Amino acid sequence: MAGSTGSKAASGRDKIKSYNKYGYLFLIPFAVVFVIFQLIPLVQTIYYSFFENYRSGLKMIGPNFIGLENYKTLFQSGDFLIYFKNTMIMWVLGFVPQILVSLLLAAWFTDVSLRLKGQRFFKTVIYLPNLIMASAFSMLFFTLFGDIGPINSILVSLGLISGPYKFMSHVWSVRGLVALMNFLMWFGNTTILLMAGMMGIDKSLFEAAEVDGATSGQIFRKVTLPLLKPIFIYVLITSLIGGLQMFDVPQILTNGSGDPNRTSMTLVMYLNKHLFSKNYGMAGALSVILLIITGILSLIVFRATMKDED
Amino acid sequence: MKKRTVKIVSLLAAGAMAASLTACGGGSSSSSAASETGAAESAAESVSTADEGKVLNIEVWNNEFPNRLAAHYPGFEPADKDDATKGGTINGVKVNFILTDNKDNGYQTKLDEDLAKQADAAADDKVDMFLIEADYALKYVDAEADVAEPLKDLGITADDLSKQYKYTQDVVTDANGDIRASSWQACSAGLIYNREIAKKVLGSDDPETVQKAVADWDTFTKTAEEMKKAGYNMTATVNDTYRVYSNNVAGPWVQNGKVVVDDNIKKWVDDSKTMVDAGETTTNDLWSKEWSAGFKAPGDVFCYFGPAWLINFSMGNAPDGEDDGSIAHAGGWGLTNGPQGYYWGGSWICAAQGTDNPALVKDIILKLTTDNDVMKEIAVDDSDCVNNKEVLAELAGDDSFGNAILGGQNPYKMLADGAEKVDMSNISAYDQGCNEEFQKAMKNYFDGNASYDDALAQFNKAIVEKYPDLKAE
Repeated sequence: MAGSTGSKAASGRDKIKSYNKYGYLFLIPFAVVFVIFQLIPLVQTIYYSFFENYRSGLKMIGPNFIGLENYKTLFQSGDFLIYFKNTMIMWVLGFVPQILVSLLLAAWFTDVSLRLKGQRFFKTVIYLPNLIMASAFSMLFFTLFGDIGPINSILVSLGLISGPYKFMSHVWSVRGLVALMNFLMWFGNTTILLMAGMMGIDKSLFEAAEVDGATSGQIFRKVTLPLLKPIFIYVLITSLIGGLQMFDVPQILTNGSGDPNRTSMTLVMYLNKHLFSKNYGMAGALSVILLIITGILSLIVFRATMKDED
Repeated sequence: MKKRTVKIVSLLAAGAMAASLTACGGGSSSSSAASETGAAESAAESVSTADEGKVLNIEVWNNEFPNRLAAHYPGFEPADKDDATKGGTINGVKVNFILTDNKDNGYQTKLDEDLAKQADAAADDKVDMFLIEADYALKYVDAEADVAEPLKDLGITADDLSKQYKYTQDVVTDANGDIRASSWQACSAGLIYNREIAKKVLGSDDPETVQKAVADWDTFTKTAEEMKKAGYNMTATVNDTYRVYSNNVAGPWVQNGKVVVDDNIKKWVDDSKTMVDAGETTTNDLWSKEWSAGFKAPGDVFCYFGPAWLINFSMGNAPDGEDDGSIAHAGGWGLTNGPQGYYWGGSWICAAQGTDNPALVKDIILKLTTDNDVMKEIAVDDSDCVNNKEVLAELAGDDSFGNAILGGQNPYKMLADGAEKVDMSNISAYDQGCNEEFQKAMKNYFDGNASYDDALAQFNKAIVEKYPDLKAE
């Protein structure tokens, strides 16, 4: 009796083991893709960042090992700090309205007592800008806000301004446009993420708060927001990483120049400039720094927002 | 049952992964495949291509050369009558155009990559010909790089090239004195003015009267003030005059590995800043919509600067074409010398080292760049200023060859005289990058977003990024 149960248990464990085998099998495609397209390039990038390796005319210079020379050049010029600042400014400009609008929309969409009509339609519509290619979106804005573009024509004909306003020649109009585009493209996505978070909160908590006489504002601040924190952190970190890699929108809008006077040049646009001249060493060094910054910032955000729970 | 579904789903997921993997690998094909046509054998064929490759790959940055080849090379059968860049066939050889946009050194980058692969490429994938511009010609005709075959190796003699203007050969001559490319264009340029505005403001649209008003930069800026008073812009953008100044420099952009800003280029900055501040011109980019707005009738821009190809290639349809509302269609432009002589652009044909179609390439170069009949046809049909002294002399002496876009004015005498004077001794291999980045950087100064020194610092940064082997001043 006892013996038979023992063998049963053993055969059960065998079964689990044999299923584990399939688990590993199914992991292989991901592992292969990851190693080939992510891990190897990553290691290579770090490796090449220690070399002088670029093209001059039709000749390839290097690769010659030069140690930390590329990093030294980057830090000495100090340019990359300026581009980092530009990137963060444009990200914050876009992210603040993005998170506020998304929170508001998510709260409305999840609030059953409002009985909003056509929810599905609006959820689709706010997500649509994200489906447009960033470069196409950017090109559209470039045309809209050109010196003889429709926006200027409208403003002039309404008598709001006397002559066309040169959107592309002013620091804050360019940064503002980049932020606006990022906001338009991503607030739908954020709304849906936050909605998922809000719908995951136990309904009974809201009911209990209501019974206790809390106003809807109080419920939002005291119940929804604290419970939304994990999703919030996720949104913040992914947006931060995406923001650091901001490239296509400002690149197309400013024709790759980051004008006026490189005030809208982002880190990845700077990286692209090095890649354009096939300067693999310098581009590698910049990528490694970008990786480190991303890591540090993510860690700070994660620590700061998780602290209360300890 | 449930487990089986899980298995199937996992398998599907794995399959999707694998599919995306292969999709990544297969997405890099770049050569533009021309559609096959059952082109009939042409009768007017003189060159034997029987023992040569069956595909002729030509790298270009716009449709200019494809159009010339399609229209003027005997025996070219286009794959698509309306779009020469789709390629075609010559005597059974398939012609492929590999088109890459020129902006931001894009064409050079693509060409560099393809030429680097030249030795290992299959015969039909080899680049057979490529086109170059003066701005980066030195890079490709370099004897050490040896990517363009010397014309004498193809069997083209100095005698064949004797009717060409000297400057067109100087540009593409390597350190050993070998000519490695040939052009059908002589791109001496002038000032192209709006006749209506000239009549209103200067009292006459006669080229000599207008020339007096733009004889040098001081009178040019004075005329700009008059234009402003009359409500017109002198030029569409500051970049219009850039080439005029930059062609009249005392030394090349790069000297001993260092970037040097010439005095005449500094003068462009100063003159342009004055004009922008006075509202006599703008800081828009060349080729932008705002720039070409002045091509449309009635137009509020007094003048553009350019060679023959700008007139016929960019400004609009000639009067015999469809009415596109351009000043060109009304024949409303005039041409005069302007403040300083200069050239702009021009395309040179190179035979790629390692081509498997040497006889065909040789014949194309000879026909398009040395043959009197073909070149006269190009000049008459396309209003190109051809690189052939005999043909230009003939056209200049014949009043029936007036240019319709220029209101019947015959530009050839002026252009031919200009072509004799062009001096290309101050070009460097880095010119495209330097010219583009300098104009980009100075836009900030003109717009008032930076001081001259800041703008110059930005230029220096951009140059070192683009050409890591250079040092800024």
